[in-house]
Amino acid sequence: MSDIENKGNEGERELSKKERMAIPRTPMPEQEPKQRAGNFEEVTMGYSDEKAITEASRCLQCKKPKCVAGCPVGIDIPAFIDAIAKQDPAAAIAKLKETTSFPAVCGRVCPQEEQCEKVCIVGKKHEPVAIGRLERYAADWEAAQGEAAKPEIATGKGKRVGIVGSGPAGLTCAGELAKEGYQVVIYEALHKPGGVLSYGIPEFRLPKDIVYRECEYVESLGAEIKLDYVIGKTMTIDEMMDDGHDAVFLANGAGLPVFMNIPGENLNGVFSANEFLTRANLMKAFRFPEYDTPIKVGKKVAVVGGGNVAMDAARTALRLGADVHLIYRRSREEMPARDEEIHHAEEEGIQFHLLTNPTQIIGDNEGWVEEIEVIEMELGEPDASGRRRPVPVEGSESRIPIDVVIISVGTRSNPILTQATPDMELNKWGNIVADPDTLATSKEGVFAGGDIVTGAATVIQAMGAGKVGARSIDRFLRGLPLKPEPEEEGAEAEGAAAK
Amino acid sequence: MYKILEKVDYSDDTYMQVIEAPAVARTAQAGQFLIVKLHEEGERIPLTIADFDRDRGTVTIVVQAIGKTTRELQTYAAGTSLSNVIGPLGLPSEIENHGTVICAGGGVGVAPVFPIARELKKAGNKVISIVAARTKSLLLWEDRMKEVSDEVIVTTDDGSCGRECLVTEPIKEMCEEGDVSLVYAIGPAIMMKFCCKTTEPFGVKTIVSLNSIMVDGTGMCGACRVSVGGETKFVCVEGPEFDGHQVDFDLLMSRQRQYLEQEKIAYDYYLECRGDKACLT
Ligand SMILES: Cc1cc2nc3c(=O)[nH]c(=O)nc-3n(C[C@H](O)[C@H](O)[C@H](O)COP(=O)(O)OP(=O)(O)OC[C@H]3O[C@@H](n4cnc5c(N)ncnc54)[C@H](O)[C@@H]3O)c2cc1C
Ligand SMILES: Cc1cc2nc3c(=O)[nH]c(=O)nc-3n(C[C@H](O)[C@H](O)[C@H](O)COP(=O)(O)OP(=O)(O)OC[C@H]3O[C@@H](n4cnc5c(N)ncnc54)[C@H](O)[C@@H]3O)c2cc1C
Ligand code: SF4
Ligand code: FES
Repeated sequence: MSDIENKGNEGERELSKKERMAIPRTPMPEQEPKQRAGNFEEVTMGYSDEKAITEASRCLQCKKPKCVAGCPVGIDIPAFIDAIAKQDPAAAIAKLKETTSFPAVCGRVCPQEEQCEKVCIVGKKHEPVAIGRLERYAADWEAAQGEAAKPEIATGKGKRVGIVGSGPAGLTCAGELAKEGYQVVIYEALHKPGGVLSYGIPEFRLPKDIVYRECEYVESLGAEIKLDYVIGKTMTIDEMMDDGHDAVFLANGAGLPVFMNIPGENLNGVFSANEFLTRANLMKAFRFPEYDTPIKVGKKVAVVGGGNVAMDAARTALRLGADVHLIYRRSREEMPARDEEIHHAEEEGIQFHLLTNPTQIIGDNEGWVEEIEVIEMELGEPDASGRRRPVPVEGSESRIPIDVVIISVGTRSNPILTQATPDMELNKWGNIVADPDTLATSKEGVFAGGDIVTGAATVIQAMGAGKVGARSIDRFLRGLPLKPEPEEEGAEAEGAAAK
Repeated sequence: MYKILEKVDYSDDTYMQVIEAPAVARTAQAGQFLIVKLHEEGERIPLTIADFDRDRGTVTIVVQAIGKTTRELQTYAAGTSLSNVIGPLGLPSEIENHGTVICAGGGVGVAPVFPIARELKKAGNKVISIVAARTKSLLLWEDRMKEVSDEVIVTTDDGSCGRECLVTEPIKEMCEEGDVSLVYAIGPAIMMKFCCKTTEPFGVKTIVSLNSIMVDGTGMCGACRVSVGGETKFVCVEGPEFDGHQVDFDLLMSRQRQYLEQEKIAYDYYLECRGDKACLT
């Protein structure tokens, strides 16, 4: 392997396709499962320069790269990987930042196995190129250099844009508009910026330093972040428009936890994953009593659900010392969580109860959880999502003694903002209706994107929406039609190609 | 940072603070609350907006020190600042002319009742207020309540001031006499529960303001959930006021005890260390 590396490094000779394919996928160093189960340090440690170069040399530099089509925002993947292979991480990060605002975040949390890596040509016969790890490598390289390179900022446009929510959608939109010279103010309800990146995703998967660095970067572009500002309460959208905002972007996420409506859900010791994670991450309860906010962990914890949120809650509980049982109603293949998280959870010793669903939670005389009753499930006909519908197996109920239950079966849109905006069109789930191309809402000058429009989705989709929102707002404020005319689009594409 | 402009101690355990928070004061309404966080390591705790002054840009809180955070907040004198004040949160009280309304406040619960009584009075109601406490030293805002009520009744459990009885006594008497259209009862959960038990046989609608445990106060976590009329409700976004006859108070009180063990640890740790980090090790 070192042989190939050398050849790749020195670029004496281009590797043949066959040689590239022969290089095995480079694993990323990780903390040992036993060790990491007892701390909140990041699990994966990133590629060294050498490892990154080796992995980058596995890319075939396809003429028609499938990976780019698989990326929700269309990052020029072969180009940034090529730069890494040529030992030019600065060029790699510049390439990435043309399309994604926060590669250090995406490289860590994107479900690459469902996106770019799923369709990578190398992956047809071998394991796909580790695109996500390379993205992270380039971003971490930049962070290690100190201050991030700042793009050119257009001259002031004299127009003010208000953004609701500082999650990935809001931050991206703010960054884009600030670069265009707009005066941007982000209003965030919580006392820390970052949205889910800050309150939801745990430290061991996405260190908060990285999140706050990205927030500071957006501020350095000229955007202001106002914390403790609940839009719909502290100020309504109409008041924002009256108060000198020329346009508004709503990126308030889908933060309202859903419960299962089974008996016993209000017992002491039953929490939403959002509560559990907010206490742990945002309030730093894992450092109680140095930090004031308490968290209840118990000895034996049941986590219900199979998504990223469930994995995060389970692995947080594990790190706080609990014996953790994950209960999911479908099979492992259908789990919506990222592969890597499922794999890490298994390694760390989380016990999976698959094809199992809770039917009730049983409490003691004092109102505390004592047991959870579950029923076995089998997979029936595919449902609307294309996944096979789980159906309960009659008479297969059993009980597991437990002291804490964490419910992680999804979230809905938070009603605070929409309650205060009766003239905003919503769909039947309470999500804001926005034009799929322009993200315009039913209110003039108000755009919306991210989880508040799509329902709980992904970080990269939220960032993509932030970009689209910024483009629409820019066009709106310049008095252009929101949708580019076909000729104009052609001209834009040509312009881009000419660059 | 949010500056404390005034601080008044009412007793060893109760105090009032006027905080500079113009954005909150601007839209605050009776019945709403705010969340405060003292400093980086602090917890987010909900406190009712007992008064507000839009011109001055201030909100007033009245607090009973019962644990770590409320005890620490008590040490914040005029001129010091809180790191976060978020609000106004929750739905405002629905104010209309009902006729005769009883506004009963127990302990520090009198303060949250005050702006509601004021609005009810403005809307043309006959407001009869009950200012109740265990003992004389814990009575507060009797004078302010007088300003906004047609009549004020003072009760103490031990008879050290006003009538020697529970807050429920005068409520019962007035319901018996008839002519009460609505009761507002705000205070400890147990007090609200018994006020509701008192009014229920008379069919007099009774509104309570629930004080469940909260984290964000914006509907994001579900920590504050209670059962009202058999349905789960989030107090911070669907309340804090509910029809008391529908509330499962036993569940509320059970859920309020959820963190007792940790609260004791936090309090002991605070008393021992007074925020000195070196104490940890
Ligand atoms: C625990 C967890 C783990 C996840 N893991 C992954 C993962 O590994 N990979 C992945 O791609 N995706 C993951 N996701 C999903 C992803 O985080 C979200 O899809 C994404 O964050 C959505 O971005 P957003 O900007 O739309 O909203 P959010 O990130 O939810 O941000 C919304 C912000 O708006 C604020 N806000 C809400 N209401 C108001 C208001 N009225 N006024 C002012 N501010 C308001 C909120 O406080 C919040 O800060 C995860 C989600 C969770 C909860
Ligand atoms: C909507 C609302 C309005 C309130 N208004 C007032 C008020 O005007 N004046 C006042 O003195 N108190 C008020 N409270 C109660 C106040 O929030 C608690 O007394 C305070 O949080 C206790 O914190 P602590 O650290 O001092 O005590 P702890 O020792 O932590 O707790 C003591 C008790 O207070 C309750 N509590 C603890 N943490 C919280 C929390 N995060 N949120 C809510 N309750 C908690 C629990 O029942 C606990 O047993 C209100 C509560 C709510 C929900
Ligand atoms: S599909 Fe795979 S091999 Fe082809 S360019 Fe993309 S990452 Fe490289
Ligand atoms: S306090 Fe979190 S939802 Fe009410």
